[in-house]
Amino acid sequence: MLYASRILEGERQVTMQPDDAVIDCRNLWKIFGRRADEAMKAVQEQGLGKLEVRDKFDCVVGVQDATFTVGRGEIFCIMGLSGSGKSTLIRHVNRLIEPTSGQLFIEGQDVNQLSARDLREVRAEKIGMVFQNMALMPHRTVLDNVSFSQEVRGHDPKARRENAMRAIDAVDLNGWDQKYPDELSGGMQQRVGLARAIAADPSILLMDEPFSALDPLIRRQLQDKFMSLSAEMKKTTLFITHDLDEAIRIGDRIAIMKDGALVQVGTPEDIVTNPADDYVADFVAGISKLELISAAKIMTPVEQFEQLNGPANTDSWPEAHPDHSLDDLVNLSIATQHPVVVKAGGKAIGIVTKNALLRGIQGDVEDAASLKH
Amino acid sequence: MADKKFSILDPFSSVDLGLAESADGVKQWAIANRAIIQPVKKFFNEMIVGIDAVLNAVPPMIMLVILILIAWQAAGRRVAVLVGVAMFALGFLSPNAWGLAMTTLAIVVSAVILCFIIGLPLGILAGKNDRFETAMRPVLDTMQTIPAFVYLVPVVMLIGIGNVSGVIVTIIFALPPLIRLTSLGIRGVNPSVVEAARAFGANPRQILFKVELPLATPTILAGVNQTIMLSLSMVVIASMISVKGLGNEVLRAMGRLDAGKALVGGLGIVILAIVLDRITQGMGQSGRERGHRHWWQGGPVGAVLRLAGKA
Repeated sequence: MLYASRILEGERQVTMQPDDAVIDCRNLWKIFGRRADEAMKAVQEQGLGKLEVRDKFDCVVGVQDATFTVGRGEIFCIMGLSGSGKSTLIRHVNRLIEPTSGQLFIEGQDVNQLSARDLREVRAEKIGMVFQNMALMPHRTVLDNVSFSQEVRGHDPKARRENAMRAIDAVDLNGWDQKYPDELSGGMQQRVGLARAIAADPSILLMDEPFSALDPLIRRQLQDKFMSLSAEMKKTTLFITHDLDEAIRIGDRIAIMKDGALVQVGTPEDIVTNPADDYVADFVAGISKLELISAAKIMTPVEQFEQLNGPANTDSWPEAHPDHSLDDLVNLSIATQHPVVVKAGGKAIGIVTKNALLRGIQGDVEDAASLKH
Repeated sequence: MADKKFSILDPFSSVDLGLAESADGVKQWAIANRAIIQPVKKFFNEMIVGIDAVLNAVPPMIMLVILILIAWQAAGRRVAVLVGVAMFALGFLSPNAWGLAMTTLAIVVSAVILCFIIGLPLGILAGKNDRFETAMRPVLDTMQTIPAFVYLVPVVMLIGIGNVSGVIVTIIFALPPLIRLTSLGIRGVNPSVVEAARAFGANPRQILFKVELPLATPTILAGVNQTIMLSLSMVVIASMISVKGLGNEVLRAMGRLDAGKALVGGLGIVILAIVLDRITQGMGQSGRERGHRHWWQGGPVGAVLRLAGKA
């Protein structure tokens, strides 16, 4: 393939190699309503907005021009409030919903060009999905639920049982395989949902607000379980959530979605330190930056520091790595009165003063690094 | 009346479109086309005669035990006891009551089997397709509410009197609830479960047989139950076109103003209705509502399996 898609990451433009992109979504639009095609045309030709489309065509814009890629093994979170279109967007990946316009590629294959038969094969073999409301089949045992996708593919009963038992084992539900979903607690049901998604060993996981319906403690446990499984299996994951904390905890990259459009795509650190607009800024205001911001973001380059403060004798100063988090820097800084020196490859590259550290904790990265405080 | 002077305030009495006369042409058409229907009639007749022969060949006490076992399996011990008591009472109603009841049962069973064969696909279609459901609704309303006497005559003209006409008349009246409840059951299946099945690669047939029908089963069985009840309520009317059985007893007793005999026939129908209702309602319950998981874990089959397992 000859394309290379660009993603806006904070203010940097990152170019991804096409081989890395397992999910590649390009200019995807979904408009609901009887006159969706007319509305789509009007949007493309006249650039109508969401409200105009609603008033003129009685149509609802579900997804607006969504473009993103998810690399192999990456966990990509889509964060947005309810009604922002994130569940609609994720359903385009396995074509539970057909787009009004735009393309979506899975491992280079245009999902919307697949025949019904090929599509079913992709759904069963390549993609596992977990739903917010679990959507387990109440008339089937845990084992039969987990092996469903292999059953519909007509795989050998012994093999699918083995795969299913392995998946059940992976989510710590041994001994529950002959129970029915209604005999399980909510958290256990969602673990069955997770087992069902990974049983056929798909390369892609679609998680549609999987933990939102659970109480906080169970949610935390399942997040941990998912992250340890994910680290082991390295599946390309599209993870939907309305909880920014969850997105930051889980995601390698996060996309913020509002009114059907992706407002910002970036790493958790980018999103928190460089919100693209007031909407995102509002979201990240309450997020603790301690674990998110690295020393590299708030340090002042040594030359700049020396210009202002004269030569620095860093020998007795605590040393940090550029990747160290603010939390680490606080620990280093508390032990001494000196600033912290950031070293890479044995060479001092930057300096973090106590004031810069305080500004960093507030999330004001530019202010911290510029020494204007 | 057509010669009456036209009045704008009462236009109806002065206009005669001749609907009744032209509709009567259906009768003539039916008589003229009897030959076409013969193979169908033969199939129906053989089915009814076969079921009737089997039911009447089995000695009453053995049939009673079979019914009790079926009730125990389908609906549990309490219903089995009830069925046993009810069938004993039926047998003692009069010396020939048992035989008549078996004949009526044969008619009802034939009608219900045919209703199921016709009604289930139509119900599924109506459950999946809004247009078909809308088109179907007035037809079903008509079938349920039009007086049986209206279609009794054309059916007899087409097929002749006897069991086959009886079953067809019964089907017309008893079919609608099965179609309606099958459609309702399919529509009532949790859409997110269907979506999950789609997301894991199931094709439409697999979704129907592995997800929708199993989940709609209790509702569909409620429809079967209603169909059985309506079939039983048709046996007296069916007996007017020479269908034998309990209904015929009631009809004959009515002609002779023999209240006692009518009561015997009527009670027989009621007892049959109670027995069939309890058994089919039991089937509609899931095994877990009665404390076990699969149907083969309870009832006589469960008992036998447990014994075999221990031995």
